[in-house]
Amino acid sequence: MKALHIVESAYRATLEEQDDTIVWLTQAMRGAGATVDLLLRGNAVNYAVRGQDARGLEFGAWKQTEPPRIERDLASLIAKGGNVYALGEDLEQRGIDSPALLEGVRPLRMPMLPALLAGYERVWHW
Amino acid sequence: MNKPLELSFALMDAPFESARSTTALRLLAIAARRGCRIRVFAYEGAVMQPFARQQRHANAVHGRSAEEENHFLPKEAIGALIDEAARHGGSLDWVNCGLCVDERGGAESIAGVRRGTPGDFWQQAQESVNTLVIATRD
Repeated sequence: MKALHIVESAYRATLEEQDDTIVWLTQAMRGAGATVDLLLRGNAVNYAVRGQDARGLEFGAWKQTEPPRIERDLASLIAKGGNVYALGEDLEQRGIDSPALLEGVRPLRMPMLPALLAGYERVWHW
Repeated sequence: MNKPLELSFALMDAPFESARSTTALRLLAIAARRGCRIRVFAYEGAVMQPFARQQRHANAVHGRSAEEENHFLPKEAIGALIDEAARHGGSLDWVNCGLCVDERGGAESIAGVRRGTPGDFWQQAQESVNTLVIATRD
């Protein structure tokens, strides 16, 4: 069985969780033997942009030493054979062009979605 | 006798925060009444839905004591759904994401809830005819 996680809710508690919870879930499920890929849409397409830096969170003497590194997490997912897609129209709407994208992220136009979705037995929208 | 329908659900919302949680419980109730074998993977805030220490409180605005108010507690609804599923020949297997439990200090769950991993969610999905994700939305 193949499954596709569609991630639309973006940067929800990423500072608290030190990752995106669904990107993490995707990695953990793949680690357990699942065939799961990722499609970024809406604000979540920004996860695919290079050079993000979430360092600097601190309260009094407490400092967050391990901030979220979503770019690294996506790169790791891709390096391990996972497919990461990003919706082209949502990238354009946010002024994100291809050179800004992390290597291996595959932009996908809306008309191509039905064919992509047809390749998965389960599609889960987060 | 027909084999019970196998369904799985992934829930993500914390209790007392979203109408999605009530909707999820309503869907589970329908499946329980139909004798389905139901599997739930509770992720992030949803692991607190069956938290055993949820307590009723009085409500001065309503002018009612804790007993009179009879405040809705998700843990009781989940316990009732586990019983309801069994009564109709099905089952409700509720799995809490273990790491999500740990970061919330929410290990004290009601009977019938077990600790698991994302691998359990994958297994649940594979064993079910379909899986509904009810995710937290901004």
